[in-house]
Amino acid sequence: MPPARQLLTYLIAGWSGYYVMAIELLSGRILAPNFGNSIYVWGGIITVFMVALSVGYLVGGQLSVFAPTQGKLAALLLAAAAATLPIVIVGEPVLDWIFNRVHDPRYASLLASSTLFFVPTAVSGMVSPYAVRLLATNLRATGRSAGLLFFVSTFGSAAGTILTSFYMVLWFEINQIFIGMIVISALIGLATLGFRDVRVAA
Amino acid sequence: MSVSPLKRLLWVLAFVAPLAAATDPGIEVLHRERSLYRNIFVYEEEGLRCMSFSRTRTARQSCVSLAEPGKLVFNYARLMMAALYLNAAPQRILILGLGGGTLPTAFQRLFPSAAIDAVEIDSAVVRVARKFFAFEPGPDTRVFEEDGRVFVKRMQRKSAKYDLIVLDAFDHEYIPEHMLTREFLLEVKSLLADRGVLAANTFSVSKLYDHESATYYSVFGDFFGLKQNNRVILWRSGGLLAKSDIVRNADLLETKLAPFGVDKTWLLPQIEVEHGWPPATRLLTDQFSPSNLLNGPH
Repeated sequence: MPPARQLLTYLIAGWSGYYVMAIELLSGRILAPNFGNSIYVWGGIITVFMVALSVGYLVGGQLSVFAPTQGKLAALLLAAAAATLPIVIVGEPVLDWIFNRVHDPRYASLLASSTLFFVPTAVSGMVSPYAVRLLATNLRATGRSAGLLFFVSTFGSAAGTILTSFYMVLWFEINQIFIGMIVISALIGLATLGFRDVRVAA
Repeated sequence: MSVSPLKRLLWVLAFVAPLAAATDPGIEVLHRERSLYRNIFVYEEEGLRCMSFSRTRTARQSCVSLAEPGKLVFNYARLMMAALYLNAAPQRILILGLGGGTLPTAFQRLFPSAAIDAVEIDSAVVRVARKFFAFEPGPDTRVFEEDGRVFVKRMQRKSAKYDLIVLDAFDHEYIPEHMLTREFLLEVKSLLADRGVLAANTFSVSKLYDHESATYYSVFGDFFGLKQNNRVILWRSGGLLAKSDIVRNADLLETKLAPFGVDKTWLLPQIEVEHGWPPATRLLTDQFSPSNLLNGPH
């Protein structure tokens, strides 16, 4: 894979890391009007994100077995972005619906975070293992590229956490932050698809 | 042997800092507890018993006078009592944020037949209020250990109404941000009965002040702002009372409120409609609520 395309793979992984943590932080804000800020609300959120990521890793690894291409990696990014849209569009009525029906605040917030955040997080989780496969061209260097990829994606997560909590919430509305991130994902994804796809060596 | 200044400083800090905190003269710590949400300290100092969420004096949440337990120690608590000038006999009272239980205790004494709902997120605070601050819920007082916003939303679904709602859920340094938004205040407003009164304890300094004013105004229109160290916002459903009616209520209540240290000559001149924040001040909403960042050092 040419260096420019490798760089793009790292960019996708790093952005995906940013994306997940930014959503996780904002999810607390989104749930608070209905379910409060109690410790179990955060417990529910973190549980859902961890389960979603673990499922994402599993599925992403499986997907990478079948004719992996950078275009498909970009498609994962686009899918995660599309799965985030419902949070912006129907988030409020969904949360009200759950609030009116589930009265134990623990299970209500667990259900709410599963409904809104599970799918985009799981799809985002598929990115890293899939990217590892794209980067692994020879056995000896596999660990090194995996290490570099984890570095980039986790560093992206750190950036997503601090920028969102320190600055973005001070400048923008929550939905504006979401839309902005969806647009960035779409741009990266479509730009990647614009490249002519190269099949990765088996 | 040479020791670098930095190292020496670290040594000094390591040994002296914990000692200094533990042996602050004149303070007797009765109880300390790490709850799910905060550190709780109960201590006695200069004839007061106080609950604090950190070790500094400015962080006092609630204090009672050991000599005169009924008396309201804090200015802001006395300002809150001005709510009664707008509605002299509330029968259904909601209090969000318990602290030492000072306000529910006062309302129980003032209005023995009133139904009082007190909401506090931290069960440890409820326990400490009972044990150290003589908070004893009467037969018509209910204590709910849950998030205030969730409680309000639930009550809204039940179409509950209150004659007096007290918002006192804010710490000196931490604000539950979902309880300082336009949407939350609209929910609170919907719980007010006709002629019901809202009394909110808010901040009086920091960048947050104007945002808070603008947000309250967007929901309630004109409100009274009473300012000491804190600002207390008062509003009455169905229109703010005329000064003459307020004075009449103050006269009626004067002897009743005297045991609490509330005095109309101090309180009445402070009741003024508030104006004067910049017209374009951004409102706090569920979408935009960085209250703690705005309240921080600037």
